[in-house]
Amino acid sequence: MAEPTEVYTSTHVLEYPYSRSVGPVIGAFLTGLREGKIVGIRGENGRVIVPPTEYDPETGAETSGFVDVGPGGVIETWAWVEHPRDDAPRSTPFAWALVRLDGADTALLHVVDAASKDEVTTGARVTAHFLDEGERQGRIQDLCCFQLEETS
Amino acid sequence: MSDALETQDPVTMLSTPIRLDYDFTAGVAQSRSLRGYAEGRFVGQRCPVCKKVYVPSRGSCPVDAVPTKEEVVLPNTATVTTFCVVNVPFAGQSIEIPYITASILLDGADITFMGLIQGIPADEVRMGLRVEAVWVPKEELGPTLASVKYFQPTGEPDREISTFREHL
Repeated sequence: MAEPTEVYTSTHVLEYPYSRSVGPVIGAFLTGLREGKIVGIRGENGRVIVPPTEYDPETGAETSGFVDVGPGGVIETWAWVEHPRDDAPRSTPFAWALVRLDGADTALLHVVDAASKDEVTTGARVTAHFLDEGERQGRIQDLCCFQLEETS
Repeated sequence: MSDALETQDPVTMLSTPIRLDYDFTAGVAQSRSLRGYAEGRFVGQRCPVCKKVYVPSRGSCPVDAVPTKEEVVLPNTATVTTFCVVNVPFAGQSIEIPYITASILLDGADITFMGLIQGIPADEVRMGLRVEAVWVPKEELGPTLASVKYFQPTGEPDREISTFREHL
């Protein structure tokens, strides 16, 4: 009988440094984030779509007219993340939430910062919290989270 | 209306790297070849049916579908069966171009593996060229094919293509 063989295992990392061109509409959204504000766009029926899209998702018509929205908004629905994975935006528990910003007709998926899931409720008011000006680079992480507004 | 578009420097590009972290488990047969590299030698396996020698060992013969249990230690000498001149620079390249990547047929083996050729100008490499493995210094040997620094010409006469045609 052959002697037992130690089996080798090694850790590999496969990584591709993709860049993508964002186009005029997502580009405006990201430019807005870099300036510390959230930008939506008007759809065919006047609805304000956030994040902005190049075409109205309901009618397919071209969208036009950027609109500033927020920074306040309302939680439409949410999911609590008790055990964040390594690539999560937070290392401590947080909520993913669909936030409908003031002035918007659609919701944006983002992080809600809360100490426990008992603090998060559908319909709760939240406010966008941005990185400091020098740290913003024109990406979704410039909007680091939404924080619950004081209700007392 | 938003004035977001009125900046002189709108965002046009976004960096979106994708990344996969994974563990590779080599298995018993391949681990034997890997251990061979750490010892500075090539270890393959012979098929009990067709008698072909596979290096690195994979644990079975793909033609006869039987386990390959007999271990075979192979020499450092080999023949270049075919090769490619790399002229294109790419991200992460560590070797000066042009360089040669060759299919290496170790003496006594029946399949080739990829190896780097050094010690000869790129335009002088040819099919049938006799080469030998140059290993890293003993203290740098590890369970990786990187233990072989490269293959260099031995100076022996070339092998006729007809003698290794079945290994191309």
